[in-house]
Amino acid sequence: MSDKYTRLVSGGLGKDLAKRLGLPQPVVLRRHEPGRPLIDGPVLVQGSTGGADELAATLLDWNLDVRRHAIPKEKLGAIILVLDELAHPGDLEKPVLTAAASLRDLAPNARVITVSRTAGSATEPATAATRQGVDGLLRSLAKELRAGATGNGILLADGTRATSPAALGALRFFLSGRSAFVDGQFLTVSSGAGQLPDDVEKPLAGKVAVVTGAARGIGAAIARTLHRDGATLILVDIPAAGDHLAAVANEVHGTALQLDISRDDAGQRIIDHAAARHGRLDIMIHNAGITRDKLLANMDAGRWNAVIAVNIAAQLRINEALLASEHFRDSPRIVSVASTSGIAGNRGQTNYAASKAGVIGMVRATAALIGERGGSINAVAPGFIETEMTARIPFATREVARRLNSLQQGGQPRDVAEAIAFLASDAAGGISGEVLRVCGQNLVGA
Amino acid sequence: MSVNGQSVPRPQPATASAAAAPAAETTQHVDAVPAQLRKAVVVGGNRIPFARTGGAYTKSSNQDMLTAALDGLIARFGLQDERIGEVAAGAVLKHSRDFNLTREAVLGSALSAETPAYDLQQACATGLETVLGLANKIKLGQIDSAIAGGVDSASDAPIAVSEGLREVLLDLNRAKTVSRKLQVLSRLRPKDLAPDAPNTGEPRTGLSMGEHQALTTAQWKITREAQDELAFNSHRNLAAAYDAGFFDDLLTPYRGLSRDSNLRADTSPEKLATLKPVFGKNLGAEATMTAGNSTPLTDGASTVLLSSEEWADAHDLPKLAAVIDGEAAAVDFVHGKDGLLMAPAFAVPRLLARHNLTLADFDFFEIHEAFAGTVLSTLAAWEDEEFGRTRLGLDGAFGSIDRAKLNVNGSSLAAGHPFAATGGRIVASLAKMLHDKGQVNGRPARGLVSICAAGGQGVVAILEAL
Repeated sequence: MSDKYTRLVSGGLGKDLAKRLGLPQPVVLRRHEPGRPLIDGPVLVQGSTGGADELAATLLDWNLDVRRHAIPKEKLGAIILVLDELAHPGDLEKPVLTAAASLRDLAPNARVITVSRTAGSATEPATAATRQGVDGLLRSLAKELRAGATGNGILLADGTRATSPAALGALRFFLSGRSAFVDGQFLTVSSGAGQLPDDVEKPLAGKVAVVTGAARGIGAAIARTLHRDGATLILVDIPAAGDHLAAVANEVHGTALQLDISRDDAGQRIIDHAAARHGRLDIMIHNAGITRDKLLANMDAGRWNAVIAVNIAAQLRINEALLASEHFRDSPRIVSVASTSGIAGNRGQTNYAASKAGVIGMVRATAALIGERGGSINAVAPGFIETEMTARIPFATREVARRLNSLQQGGQPRDVAEAIAFLASDAAGGISGEVLRVCGQNLVGA
Repeated sequence: MSVNGQSVPRPQPATASAAAAPAAETTQHVDAVPAQLRKAVVVGGNRIPFARTGGAYTKSSNQDMLTAALDGLIARFGLQDERIGEVAAGAVLKHSRDFNLTREAVLGSALSAETPAYDLQQACATGLETVLGLANKIKLGQIDSAIAGGVDSASDAPIAVSEGLREVLLDLNRAKTVSRKLQVLSRLRPKDLAPDAPNTGEPRTGLSMGEHQALTTAQWKITREAQDELAFNSHRNLAAAYDAGFFDDLLTPYRGLSRDSNLRADTSPEKLATLKPVFGKNLGAEATMTAGNSTPLTDGASTVLLSSEEWADAHDLPKLAAVIDGEAAAVDFVHGKDGLLMAPAFAVPRLLARHNLTLADFDFFEIHEAFAGTVLSTLAAWEDEEFGRTRLGLDGAFGSIDRAKLNVNGSSLAAGHPFAATGGRIVASLAKMLHDKGQVNGRPARGLVSICAAGGQGVVAILEAL
């Protein structure tokens, strides 16, 4: 459900008034509904490389209405800007300015997606400069888009094709309503690993997934989304939250495991439960987290230690147990919830930001370890999400916080859940060690 | 055993003594019924924390609480939309509108709506009796899975109209004319308007349960110190069990409670010693029973998932313990032959004799703490040579138990005692303790459950580790 202001200015008098007064004009975002088309309207594939041709052919296979050249005044659902063979900054002009001519034809909730190569893998300074240039281009363009349209990019490591499974998986994710609140972000595809699902509506069919902190808020939304995508669920939360946990478990036909994840044996108990009930474990979602906010000058050991113990130490210990387990070996996936606080910092949250930045460090370092067994690990960093927690922020502060992003509204718990479900799927197998922000391109934290 | 010319099966004892059953009877079994009884196992349990009456569950009905306990069990074991063989539960304090309490709770839960259910009522033994009855059905092959349970609310207790008002209302309904209706109404007297609240008094003696136990406590010369010590151990053991996470997979929070509200983790024998006696003040002897060594009125609900071994395996669910056997007994407390709550003192010796077991063959004793005096009077009777000879027909005393094996994770004095919910609490906890213990001296760990009940009744049972 969108916030009241967004509903007010989404049509009729309210829309007119907001426009005249120069007020923010958020729109109700297009979100994924099972059975709905991937995207409404034609998709323009801009670019003349072999990669562009291959992508256009794939999109036709997906039964999308594909254009290789824009038809003036025709409303577009998406523009895919393929920039995978750039060598010099001068190479940007033609494809970019050609695409620019179509920007005014984008429909509400449209998508602009760049497909380019990682700058870090380039040895030529000019190539690296050009590739890095796409970063600034895309992030700025995303800020110029209006009416719920978003701009995101796929970065291919050298040697990775534009049609590799994870590149196509990321493309589907960005095109779809699943990425509604992801804006101005890049996903790096580092290998050809991964596999597209047999049934795009059930990408997690046959998978056994654990979600911590599943009793309410974002955790409950993750449980619902993973269930919708076909996963079998084990839901974990502290014993004191057991009644809410049971309600969510009964809703998504999962099992409730009341467990304090900061216990030393938490990892083993999760593995034992999964092994006994399902014989395996495929997906671990580290969502559980707490805040104990205080200015650092007023911080005490209790607040500091509680946050570190739950938000990062527990994840490290559980991952260690998982990576040593014989039940977590078949394309295992780990997705952790970080936070934009861990990227940009937040006043009063030194402990929380330290723990969430720690999650990002953990994800990057664990990628190699889990890669050895064909798995992946990633993090999602939510920005301002409409939850019980953010509902307690004083009105004025909350109102400012939720408008300070390119989409001019707060995200929904399900937006975070969608990003997690994608990264937990085999389609994202070639993406590992990444942090994906779900923040509507929040103005803080880059 | 013949109905319309077709022989019907007769249940066999579920134990080693089955071999001693007359051979002729086994030949009468129809082919569809296995000659060998199968095991009934405890898969696990779930209860809500118990709350002192007038506390967290004041506004919760029996149906609310039983449904919550069921939903927690369903979530723990993934039983959503599952058609369970049968669900049996009950309440001691029950509204007349709750005639189908258990079935209504099932319909309100996440179980398949095609799960049948029935209510059972045997005072405080209700919960344990649902376990035994359903376990027997599983052993016989009538059902593969079952949920036993119980619930009670002393907060949301039924209040009836007085007998006088009730008779007038019924006659009024039957009256056909206005003049006749007025005639009936004229019989009403102010005293008829006073409601008839439930109480825990015994209908045949007028004495409350506490006053009855006070007689027994005095008869067996149980000291105040011994009762307070038992109460202290109950609180200490229950608090330690919570701290160790023992209840993490036995309990689901409800209405803001995640621990039993009666638990006093910080109590001490000294604090208990300061409490004034509340029962047995007119007996002449020293009054020893206080609010500290007696259970308070409590609200709560519990459930136990039972099944055949095959069903548990097919559902990838744990098998904690087997329900071996049970026994009910009753005493003539009306004429003062025995104390109101002393029936288990007779039920246990009979049950153990059937299995050739002694008290030394058990690793856990779960003796329901209606009052500390109840537990101690029962143990005293078993240790008494005279009682053993004259009342149990033994050569001497029945025996004594190792106190270190008694109510090791706390019992009703600390947790509270929502009458019908106590059996489920004990069976689920004991099954987990037995499973954790595993084998003892080359045999499965063994536990004894003993629950006394109003009306001079008692039900006891044996569980063994799996």
